[in-house]
Amino acid sequence: MSEVVLQLEGLRKAFGALVVTDGVDLDLRRSECHALIGPNGAGKSTLIHQISGLLSPDAGRIAFEGRDVTHLSQAERAVAGLGRSFQITSILPEFTVLENVALAAQMRDGSSFRFFRPAAREERLNARAMEALGIVGLGPRAGLVASHLSHGEKRLLELAIAVAGEPHVLLLDEPMAGMGRAESATLTETLRALKARYPILLIEHDMEAVFSLADRVSVLVAGAIVASGTPDEVRVDARARAAYLGEDHVAAP
Amino acid sequence: MSDEAQPLGAAPAGPRPAFGLIVAVAIFAALALVPLVSGVWGGGWLTSLAIRAMIFAIVAISLDLLLGHGGLVSFGHSAFVAIGAYATGIMITEGVYEMALILPVAIGAAALFAVAIGAVAMRTSGVSFIMITLAFGQMVYFALGSLAQYGADDGLTLWSAPDVFGTSWLASETGVYVTVLGVLVATWALVHAVVGSRFGRVLRAARQNPTRVAAMGYSVTRYRLVAYVIAGVIAALAGVLWAVHAEFVSPSLGSWQRSGDLIVMVVLGGMATRNGALIGALFFVLIEEALSSITHDWRLIFGPMLVLIALFARGGLAGLLDRVQGPR
Ligand SMILES: Nc1ncnc2c1ncn2[C@@H]1O[C@H](COP(=O)(O)OP(=O)(O)OP(=O)(O)O)[C@@H](O)[C@H]1O
Ligand SMILES: [Mg+2]
Repeated sequence: MSEVVLQLEGLRKAFGALVVTDGVDLDLRRSECHALIGPNGAGKSTLIHQISGLLSPDAGRIAFEGRDVTHLSQAERAVAGLGRSFQITSILPEFTVLENVALAAQMRDGSSFRFFRPAAREERLNARAMEALGIVGLGPRAGLVASHLSHGEKRLLELAIAVAGEPHVLLLDEPMAGMGRAESATLTETLRALKARYPILLIEHDMEAVFSLADRVSVLVAGAIVASGTPDEVRVDARARAAYLGEDHVAAP
Repeated sequence: MSDEAQPLGAAPAGPRPAFGLIVAVAIFAALALVPLVSGVWGGGWLTSLAIRAMIFAIVAISLDLLLGHGGLVSFGHSAFVAIGAYATGIMITEGVYEMALILPVAIGAAALFAVAIGAVAMRTSGVSFIMITLAFGQMVYFALGSLAQYGADDGLTLWSAPDVFGTSWLASETGVYVTVLGVLVATWALVHAVVGSRFGRVLRAARQNPTRVAAMGYSVTRYRLVAYVIAGVIAALAGVLWAVHAEFVSPSLGSWQRSGDLIVMVVLGGMATRNGALIGALFFVLIEEALSSITHDWRLIFGPMLVLIALFARGGLAGLLDRVQGPR
């Protein structure tokens, strides 16, 4: 078994009486794509929020690269190497596409407590940003104000921001949300390439993408993992099918 | 609106930098001419008015770093002016006339207050942030009003101008004028450098989307706190200049009405624009002077004017100027 980079143990989270994370144990191993699927409201995003530090769990432990990060802030976890994307597009709408990504790259390039030199003209940051934009295919849009991008392009920018922060793992919350078929197919290939560089925890409703990318699939229902295994195992798992995989969802092998 | 992708390295969104620079240089040049014109007319009132306007412009520019660029509605900014002014007034009253001593004390006091208040305020946002900064302003206001040995509510008269490294540079109105103009130009240049720097980029990003900026790995509150300290120190510096110019300080310098006026200046001029705070402050002080010479109830006229500008000049006066320049 390959090395575990991210490990969740007994994670619990409730919003009032609603338990959204119900004793979740989950791990992510070096150079794998682990897909987390489940019906709407299952608690997938909430789980990512707890891993990235946007929300703190009520109980349980999160270990990242052998270190307990349960009590680190969001920023500290990003610095530690937990990169994420958001299900609801979260970009800097007034900045150019390039500046969105350059800001992410800036975090890895020495101190940001520099007060005089124009950041927009720092070639090293811009070059790193262009590299990340190239990976997702947004290079030609670099000069555009981000709010002017199409929905699909914003989803790609979301991903480029995560990549430019030089993460050690990627937590992707429905990167294909709202995308058309063709866009999804292209992004699937992009993610396949990224998989070689980063372990990916992938939340996605697009089953075609999930089953073509994932090395392992876990099924979350009402805050609990009900099935976990290889794509082929999960595809035939009765609990997984009952809970989530309606017949029309099952992708052809 | 053109939605085409601009070539790489093109200017980022916002008013064209070159135009903004030209406007600023024109304003500074006009201000530099004021003492000459004033001398011809033989009255010091114009010089004095311009000094007042420039001091408020310095404060407004510093406030815009928080308000416009940082999205932090600080409703106690005038308190920093009062801190700087009182540091000067108290030290001179106590017989310390040297600017080289007064300045570090004024700056240190402002920075200390900024760190203390900012550490609390930055944990909140929205209305809570406004209320905390307002409460801080009121605290300073009442504290200064209770300084019985320094004039309490009546304020404190400075019987002597401070020395600058032993010289009496600040004893003449020309000296004060040149100094205030110099500080104004320096503040303008400094704030714009900061806004465009790595630090400023984080600050501006955090206004748009603090969660994303935190997820990128930046501790948003630390950047905001540093901005708060920078803005507070600049405002205190303006307070020092105020004390030197007016030869009198009183708690009303730090009143919440003054903080409100400062916000109006920035919004009126155009938040987060190259020259908005500068233009807004100059305009505000000139209009205040003109209208208050006509009627005691000048705010009755000024209020509707503000509403009109808010209605017809989105982006403030600086936005109007950009429109004069032609569509982009
Ligand atoms: N801040 C909150 N306060 C209260 N309830 C919340 C909050 N955030 C999420 N919830 C609830 O928690 C449950 C899980 O939400 P979550 O967004 O994690 O689901 P999800 O699996 O990501 O769903 P989807 O597939 O629709 O994205 C939902 O019932 C949601 O309404
Ligand atoms: Mg979700």
